[in-house]
Amino acid sequence: MDIFLQQLINGLVVGSIYALIALGYTMVYGIMQLINFAHGEIVMIGAMVTITCINLLLGMGVQMPGPVLLLVGLLMAIPVSMFLGFAIEKVAYQPLRKAPRLAPLITAIGVSIVLQQVAMLIWGRNYRPFPSILPTEVHIIGGAAITDLQIAIIVLALLLMGGLFYLIEKTKLGRAMRATSQNPEVAKLMGVNVNHIISMTFIIGSALGAVAGVMVAANYDQAHAYMGFMIGLKAFTAAVLGGIGNIGGAVLGGILLGIIESLGSGYLGDLTGGVLGSHYKDIFAFVVLIIVLVFRPSGLMGERVAERA
Amino acid sequence: MTDVLLKISGINKRFGGLHALSDVGLTIKQGEIYGLIGPNGAGKTTLFNVLTGLYQPDEGEFTFNGKDLFRKKPNVVVEAGIARTFQNIRLFANMSALENVMVGQHVRSVTGVFGAILRTPKARAEEAAITAKAEALLAYVGIADRAQELARNLSYGDQRRLEIARALATNPTLLALDEPAAGMNPKETDDLKKLMEKIRADGVTILLIEHDVKLMMGLCDRIAVLDYGKKIAEGVPEEVKSNPRVIEAYLGVAPE
Amino acid sequence: MHETMKKNPLLLAIFATFVMVLPWVLGGFFENGNSWLRAVDFALLYILLALGLNIVVGYAGLLDLGYIAFYAVGAYLYALLNSPHLAEVLPAWLSHPPFLVMMVLAAIVAGVFGVLLGSPTLKLRGDYLAIVTLGFGEIIRIFMNNLDRPVNITNGPQGINHIDAVQIAGYDFGRPIEFLGLTFEKIHLYYYLILAFCALIIFVSMRLQNSRIGRAWVAIREDEIAANAMGINTRNVKLLAFAMGASFGGVSGALFASFQGFVSPESFVLMESVMVLCMVVLGGMGNIPGVILGAIIVSITPELLRDIINPLQMAIAGKRVVDPENLRMLVFGLAMIIIMLVRPEGLWPSKRRRAELHPKTKEIALQEKDSLQDAERNHD
Repeated sequence: MDIFLQQLINGLVVGSIYALIALGYTMVYGIMQLINFAHGEIVMIGAMVTITCINLLLGMGVQMPGPVLLLVGLLMAIPVSMFLGFAIEKVAYQPLRKAPRLAPLITAIGVSIVLQQVAMLIWGRNYRPFPSILPTEVHIIGGAAITDLQIAIIVLALLLMGGLFYLIEKTKLGRAMRATSQNPEVAKLMGVNVNHIISMTFIIGSALGAVAGVMVAANYDQAHAYMGFMIGLKAFTAAVLGGIGNIGGAVLGGILLGIIESLGSGYLGDLTGGVLGSHYKDIFAFVVLIIVLVFRPSGLMGERVAERA
Repeated sequence: MTDVLLKISGINKRFGGLHALSDVGLTIKQGEIYGLIGPNGAGKTTLFNVLTGLYQPDEGEFTFNGKDLFRKKPNVVVEAGIARTFQNIRLFANMSALENVMVGQHVRSVTGVFGAILRTPKARAEEAAITAKAEALLAYVGIADRAQELARNLSYGDQRRLEIARALATNPTLLALDEPAAGMNPKETDDLKKLMEKIRADGVTILLIEHDVKLMMGLCDRIAVLDYGKKIAEGVPEEVKSNPRVIEAYLGVAPE
Repeated sequence: MHETMKKNPLLLAIFATFVMVLPWVLGGFFENGNSWLRAVDFALLYILLALGLNIVVGYAGLLDLGYIAFYAVGAYLYALLNSPHLAEVLPAWLSHPPFLVMMVLAAIVAGVFGVLLGSPTLKLRGDYLAIVTLGFGEIIRIFMNNLDRPVNITNGPQGINHIDAVQIAGYDFGRPIEFLGLTFEKIHLYYYLILAFCALIIFVSMRLQNSRIGRAWVAIREDEIAANAMGINTRNVKLLAFAMGASFGGVSGALFASFQGFVSPESFVLMESVMVLCMVVLGGMGNIPGVILGAIIVSITPELLRDIINPLQMAIAGKRVVDPENLRMLVFGLAMIIIMLVRPEGLWPSKRRRAELHPKTKEIALQEKDSLQDAERNHD
């Protein structure tokens, strides 16, 4: 098998998932300069709800093809995540709009802890296996293996990103979102309902997060109450890498990060004779991030913040 | 009055495609009040920011008091003896007026971490001197009674004065004021004018940007006029006032 | 706290006495007094950490999400020099250094790490700095986890065991010491040792707060550009805050390793950094008593809940309905949210910060007037 191509494919799959999650971070940050620490937990809840739904349906003896089952589960999970995103913003962030910048960060961490614990109460502290409902056959392309699921992840992620771009660039809602991120005060004066826009941002980001959560669970065959933390961290890193607040940047950052991680952990082990093996996989994300920020403090696609008096 | 204090030449500054300053040169002499005027967007504030180290010019030369300040950081510029105020007041809002002026003396004091922790006799003496000088400067600009008030709670005029006191605290040779009279009523403007004359009389050279042309004509020894990033005139107020290019660009085509 | 106490020596004396006898009070009142004292010892370590982070976040306004990395550096440094793990390869003069030398060493090494991380990254804006420090914290942890190959330095996920307690003036703090008819066990000795370090950092913080350096930090937090334009070398002054915070983190880490007797990467996860930050912000950034309060609440509440939740659950439902561990963290998370919603400035804010958030009506009117004038003036 062609190792390079294989790692590239794996990286692309993981990267598209990072990108979807990163979009949630970057949209919220773009509009309210807030790191939504709880976004990773929304991703986790999305995965958990989907698994539960599929298991319920299977338990009831419902006869449906795997992908359809998955879709049904996903359609149940998306509204749950959307509602959560909406509620979190209303309860934990909105009252603190005028507070010192760190206050909402602390409530975000609080929400994150609460959601993790609630998830543990509901789903237990063990790994939940992803039901084996999906075909596992493997296509060989140019010496590398790719599953239907991986193809579906990449395609679906691209479709969703495309949809988001359309939404932001072409619709009235998107225009209002862009206006709010430029200057909320002025947007308000121009008749934009800023609270509504912020809610919508959370809702859309959470929906994308739920989808990403299901992708993670399906790709790794499991889900866990703490899974949101690391994946959220990586996705946020991706958003910063691309230039936080920038939609295109989040996509670029996510995919790049996935590929770098995948290639890095694949090759570093070989190059160092197994000494610096895949244990160091998680380091790549951060090393790359630090290097990029040192040389391009606003991220790859971030606007250069003009020196201002 | 003839010693050159500050000299720039061939200064260029671009922001992306915008050529904000092209080939600007000027000299400021020891002890004068030097005015910088020009229509909106002429590049006054950009030039001002170049002269105070906030912007790094792309090309040119910049010497001050015999030191090369081309592309130097603001703190280096301050150390060399140029202090500034901001057009849209930038005080340390949640520090008291006194503390604001004390911060201004940072560059002229030396106490480090260990001095501060051990409170050595030297550190204590320096701290006392800093406090005393800060109080004196507040009195100098006429707001001694507001010393303990948070800067944010001062009235607008007092905030302007506090900014000047804070800048004076750095012991400048040149004090650069960015529209100090903006938003002031005639009485306040008049007080400000007196304050500037007092500062100059005490040996500090002043660079001034202002929109109030009448004030500038009456106050400045020499004036430079910027338009579209270029210097179009320089000289004593009378010369400048009658310069046709200035009349066209700045005062409008039909002079009064 | 300190202002009130300066004015009232009696109050200070009462407070000091309380602090001095606390270990014995705990031992006398509670059956499991020793486990409580242990919790208090750890709370003191957290106070130390929170006060160190307060210099970085509270004074200089730099959001550091990887602070625990410096704690880790100090802890591992102590562990490597004071355990059998590297004893064979370590030169004799480096093994078991005297207490003070060890602490200074921990401070310096952690401080150097702080400078190494800070110098390329401190120009970054707030949230970028946060994520970079966070990344740095993770990098340190991952290295600790994996540096057991090719050469075994950190012993990987198992961590390092058999770390000796500190020895001061010939007394081994790992063994009980009899004095005045009282038996000072390790937890007692460490209580007083860590307390002494807390007193030291409080002293240092207070001295710095009202100094040229402290003012420069506040100025940078208030308006970095203006601070730079007033002659402050913002980069160096920020780096100083960063290095000082790191040094205190390193010292805390060394104390932690010597107290606990073993270290492993698990103690230095990101959540720990986040918790220390929560202490600072919940208590009241920049205000020493506030930060102490925050550290006590965040570190003790989960312990308290441990003793409350299960009996309560039994009393109400008659059986164990949910895992108390979950419930305790759940309550803790909710408490964090509620405290911040009710008091965004923290429980015990500094005067400066209170003024920021609760301007008097007169001030509001003034500000509105000013912002109107600003709007009119924004023309150039």
